[in-house]
Amino acid sequence: MRNTFVDQLCKEAKKNKKIWLLTADLGFSALEPFMRAFPGRYINVGVAEQNMIGIAAGLSLSGYKVFVYSIANFPTLRCLEQIRNDICYHKLDVTVVSVGAGFSYGTQGYTHHGLEDVAVMRCLPHMNLIVPADPLETRAAVSLLCTHNGPAYLRLGKAGEKNLHTKKPPMKWGKAIKVTTGRDVLILASGSLLGEAQKAHDLAKDQGISVAVWSLPFIKPLDKKTITLAMKTFKLIVTLEESQIDGAMGSAIAELIAEQRGTKPLLRRMGVPNTILYNAYEQNDARKKCGLDARSLFIKIRGHPFFSQI
Amino acid sequence: MKHTKQHARNIRIKVLEMIHQARASHIGGCFSIADILAVLYTEILKFNPKKPEWPDRDRLILSKGHAAAALYATLSEFDFFSAKKLETFCKKNSALTGHCNYKVPGVEVSTGSLGHGLSLACGMALAAKAQRRKYRVFVILSDGEMDEGSTMEAALFAPHHKLDNLVTIIDYNKIQSFGLVKTVLNLEPLADKWRAFNWGVQSINGHNHAEIFSALSTLPLKKDRPSVVIANTIKGKGVSYMENSLAWHYRSPDDPLFQQALKELEQS
Ligand SMILES: [Mg+2]
Repeated sequence: MRNTFVDQLCKEAKKNKKIWLLTADLGFSALEPFMRAFPGRYINVGVAEQNMIGIAAGLSLSGYKVFVYSIANFPTLRCLEQIRNDICYHKLDVTVVSVGAGFSYGTQGYTHHGLEDVAVMRCLPHMNLIVPADPLETRAAVSLLCTHNGPAYLRLGKAGEKNLHTKKPPMKWGKAIKVTTGRDVLILASGSLLGEAQKAHDLAKDQGISVAVWSLPFIKPLDKKTITLAMKTFKLIVTLEESQIDGAMGSAIAELIAEQRGTKPLLRRMGVPNTILYNAYEQNDARKKCGLDARSLFIKIRGHPFFSQI
Repeated sequence: MKHTKQHARNIRIKVLEMIHQARASHIGGCFSIADILAVLYTEILKFNPKKPEWPDRDRLILSKGHAAAALYATLSEFDFFSAKKLETFCKKNSALTGHCNYKVPGVEVSTGSLGHGLSLACGMALAAKAQRRKYRVFVILSDGEMDEGSTMEAALFAPHHKLDNLVTIIDYNKIQSFGLVKTVLNLEPLADKWRAFNWGVQSINGHNHAEIFSALSTLPLKKDRPSVVIANTIKGKGVSYMENSLAWHYRSPDDPLFQQALKELEQS
């Protein structure tokens, strides 16, 4: 996702001379193409995230479209107030890009686990929040961001992920993407856990359970219309994300469901159970540890009372 | 310089009226920058009150956003909007919030949380360079604001990028929110710190209009470097019972104290 992001940003910057990229001293063997192609619109500000956001705001107030880059929690939680006051308050055209979503840096320790960013960024006024599932969604997200004006947060995985979509997904601003169709259960996945959702779909299919899988790259704005419609057709909705469960995408869906009239589907939220992993785990192991793998997801669906008769 | 004296007095009187009416705080830190604002807007800044967004205007960021009343009073004094509007300060549905609000004509950015202004100014100064525009970016910091790490981040950045179009003015009134600067978190030697960071540095008496003018009309203070003017000021300057008093970071004058302050300012 990281390299796709840089590649697409270079393409956009070639067309749009207003695009700048700032980094807080991270992006080795990733940002170099932009650095080389647009030296006048690239700055490594040093290890200074708060300053980076302020500078981005100052540039944006002067007419530029600015992307700021770092990893894990550094460009979000470290400089949260700068994002709130400088970017959101002034409704500026700045996109915060963070690489290392969830447990991408699982073995590096909790400082490098990006888990609370979604909940925190979601509540900021004017903020848009995009969590692509794969390189294809990432490319589309960058291109959408370049036709959009305003604060945004782009949450990326790491380098080298495979595409989960078989072809270019129909990505539209604020819209969910229907990946597989199904009747009984709907899995709403954000980020690269979409891959686990797809595997769970196959496991369920073998047992005669029909599972729809949707990718939800836009957590804000949320595709309320489509999801509200889905409430009428599915018995069970499962949300899946690599975030602390409180306040993140699953919470957004819970809020939506809770405020609807009439019959409602059951909701199961799957995320990191408000916990800290003190030991080292590769991303896949960390996911298993937190019950975010396909098998755990399938068991969750299979154990649901609706399906216990099957 | 005759006009600047008049403007400074008008700004102080307007601030006094606003803060008294609104029962608001921060009058001491408004009075300590009144002379600086008067000289800036009379002699130094390029602006057009009829076109507050004129692209080539000089930018002023009041990073110590709690002194918003002083900025609003100044903007009104220099015809960005009527004095009538000042009466709405902190009142229901007014854009004139207690901390600087960019929705007010002439206010570049919203501030109020310390340590944001210098970074914003760096971004604007960079943009001016990239766009080959001649405007300069002025930012007024409080002394307490030096404690913020983000201020130090920006202080490193600006000289590295040769932002000679950036001017920092420090309102060094020696008092911060909960005590004397030297007892809370000593800044000395302050000028040496900025010099060590590669800024052009000048210390002045922040109430002497000739000194303010002289420092701000010979910019940059050092070739290819950003400038910092350390303005030695008195918190509450202009009203005897407020001068050098921590209490007037918080208190709002009651009617008798208001009358006394008004008399002192009118006679100054
Ligand atoms: Mg002070």
